[in-house]
Amino acid sequence: MTHASPAVLLAAARVSREVVPARAQMATTLGFHIILACLGIALPTVVLLAEFIGLRRRDATALLLAQRWSQAMGVLIAVGAVTGTVLSFEMGLLWPGLMRRYGAVLGFPFGVEGVFFFLEAIFAGIYLWGWRRLAGWAHWWSGVPIALSGIFGAMSVIAVNSWMNQPGGFTQRGGRIVSVNPAQVYFNRAAIYEMPHMILAAYMVTGFLVAGVYAAGILRGRRDRYHYTGFAFGFVPAAVLTPFQIFVGDTAARAIAHGQPVKFAAMEYVPRTSRHVPEWLGGVYVNGHVYGGVKVPGLDSLLVGFGPGTKVIGWDTVPPAYRPPVVWLIHLCFDVMVALAFLLLLAGLWALHAWWRHRRLPPQRAFWWAGAVSGVAAVVAMECGWVVTEVGRQPWVVYRLQTTAAAATTNGGVITSLSVVIVVYAALGTATIAILRMLSRRWRRGDPDEAAVPYGPNPAPRDLAAGEVGR
Amino acid sequence: MAADVVGGILLAGITLYAALGGADFGAGLWDLLAGTTARGWAPRALIDESITPVWEANHVWLVFDLVIFWTAFPQAFAAVMTTLALPLWLALAGIVLRGAGFAFRKEITRLSLRRAAGATFAFSSLMTPFFMGTVIGAIVTGAVPADASHASLAAWTSPTALLSGLLFVSACGYLAAVYLVGEAARRGDRRLRAYFTYRAQAAAIVAGALSLATLAELNNASPALYARLTGRALPLVIIAGVCGLAVVALLAGGRRGPGRHSLIRVIAALGVAAVVWGWGVAQYPVLLPGTPVTLANAGAPHATLVALIAVFSAAAVLVGPSFALLFRMQSRRLLGEGQHGTLSAAVMPGRTGLPPSAQHQQRPSPERRRGPATRGAVLGTIVIAAVIRRPRRR
Repeated sequence: MTHASPAVLLAAARVSREVVPARAQMATTLGFHIILACLGIALPTVVLLAEFIGLRRRDATALLLAQRWSQAMGVLIAVGAVTGTVLSFEMGLLWPGLMRRYGAVLGFPFGVEGVFFFLEAIFAGIYLWGWRRLAGWAHWWSGVPIALSGIFGAMSVIAVNSWMNQPGGFTQRGGRIVSVNPAQVYFNRAAIYEMPHMILAAYMVTGFLVAGVYAAGILRGRRDRYHYTGFAFGFVPAAVLTPFQIFVGDTAARAIAHGQPVKFAAMEYVPRTSRHVPEWLGGVYVNGHVYGGVKVPGLDSLLVGFGPGTKVIGWDTVPPAYRPPVVWLIHLCFDVMVALAFLLLLAGLWALHAWWRHRRLPPQRAFWWAGAVSGVAAVVAMECGWVVTEVGRQPWVVYRLQTTAAAATTNGGVITSLSVVIVVYAALGTATIAILRMLSRRWRRGDPDEAAVPYGPNPAPRDLAAGEVGR
Repeated sequence: MAADVVGGILLAGITLYAALGGADFGAGLWDLLAGTTARGWAPRALIDESITPVWEANHVWLVFDLVIFWTAFPQAFAAVMTTLALPLWLALAGIVLRGAGFAFRKEITRLSLRRAAGATFAFSSLMTPFFMGTVIGAIVTGAVPADASHASLAAWTSPTALLSGLLFVSACGYLAAVYLVGEAARRGDRRLRAYFTYRAQAAAIVAGALSLATLAELNNASPALYARLTGRALPLVIIAGVCGLAVVALLAGGRRGPGRHSLIRVIAALGVAAVVWGWGVAQYPVLLPGTPVTLANAGAPHATLVALIAVFSAAAVLVGPSFALLFRMQSRRLLGEGQHGTLSAAVMPGRTGLPPSAQHQQRPSPERRRGPATRGAVLGTIVIAAVIRRPRRR
């Protein structure tokens, strides 16, 4: 926006100092929030599913699970709401350059998201705190807008991210945006695969996390209907969605090979544009060599264009300054994500097989171990996916249009805010997990001891059966 | 034209955030000042029950306002976020700690931890309005340059900015106390009604005094704005003053039905809205005072502004009725007192369906809580005193 060249040079010099901590802070806060965002998107659906079955079949266990999950959801939505606000502020506090230049373009999807965020928060207020006074089905319906607005809100946020990967829908002249087509911004070329990819990921993360909690309980010998039901409500939807996710992910990778070839080259170790490109499974790329990976000749070309002779674009097509840093990180994250998806698929197939043959879940402890870690695996896979898409786009914040360094704040002291963020988020994460564990212990004891706490009044945990009678 | 409409939308969003979200922060002030555990029991319970189902929805107005700001006026947004980075970071810290502290307090059972969560909630409820106030104060006094490239401490530590920070805190406390009077009345709790009536009146006086002080300070810091506040925005300034006086008078005279309390609430919110719109009218069409940046020349391309107007219309159609439903259910007490979560609060003996044993357990036992709570209150007072003293020191 400035014209004087010395000022620009000075600004550029200062920018380069802050961009690394700014990226680290964005990664920390986004990486933390995205887990809560997944739960915010998909947990309402899982809770509604449990409540639906509870109401439909008069199943007290399912209703009890729904009630308890919605208590946990109350905590998770609150933490998700505030960590999401942090990201809103950071758009301006860390990336004023991005907002100054492209705020008018990428703002529209955020505005749409705002409407859904409203609906989510309002109906969460009704659903979470309406258990006692709303009649069964009225209460169930009050939760439906939360589930729907979670999906549409996620679409809107992903619209922004995919726009950064495949910008379009505007014209700029002399560094100023002169016209915008909001529909094209929202439904950009990457949105078509990023939206389903992330929403499916949210459902998988949530389902497997829920399943993991109860699988862990079953491993500890709590083999009762309560735990099996809780496991199934999480595991079944997540396992059913896993093959669809793998399909969407495969489609996405092919679209990236065409739309963002340099990112794809980093994902798959393609230094030079060529045909018969091998697929590397694992391995670390250092100075032109891949150490420790398994090479499958021609497979990468085959995956990209369904034929081993397909030409795949390498990162040699752009000057070194425009190539992503740490290629090995991008590649390994991509491989870990894919591998975990297939392992989760295997766990689902195992359960399907046992159900088909014996009408029950597999009795082997190995299956329950898999179930117990499936939540963590899904979270790791999702985080890896974000590393691939975000680090893979570097050095650009808006692909081929604005560098991350040009977007970063010119204010010093990002190191300070980064340090504070790390400390606060560590405490926040620890407290959230501790509180969820505490809730679980309290439920297991089923005792009303907390009513005696004098700081403030406290929920009197009703007799669990009383809740059912009330309905 | 479109830019003016979006400017109006932004101001409306700020008004709603102030009137709804502001009261939730103000409730934190009263939670902080509620005193020892035994004495503070009842007010804290009422506060908790009143804001639990609504605070997240109210909070969304802030996010919505930010989005409108950066989409419609990106250059000005970047300038504000750069110049006022520090108070914005601090306000943000307040938001995070307030929300987390509040949500955690509800679920924690161990006394010491619950106190820690409650104190986090209460202290951070002061931070956000204070620093937001300094941000607005800095913008109003023209301390934000159009081409800002670095943060400025002087921008938000001017007397006007600090005064407006304090004004925001007191206005939030005032709104919260007025709303809580209504909540207490709805529950038929005379003692709490009197408790918050007293506080609402005190807060009204403090907020009124700070408003006048800020206005007087503006006369020095920004004579042009002062001239317009006492010029074309004068009707709104007078409305704000009349609303404040009316609330004080109605609270003093009031011992009648619940309709009266809704009226008082509306008048109080109207007073705050008049202040916000008085600011808007006085500043129009300038976006960043002291710079040539106006709504029209800082606005995004036409299509973006139209899209924002469409988004706001959609919000009005979808979100408006939803909010009405939420507040209606809240006022009929259909939410909370729940299965879980709600600090069951209003559960005073003989008024609820709680089994007697549980009621008995809820009575605090005095020996256990006095010490640390008193210490907490003293600490709180010291912090408030320190906050209040800041402007004098600078």
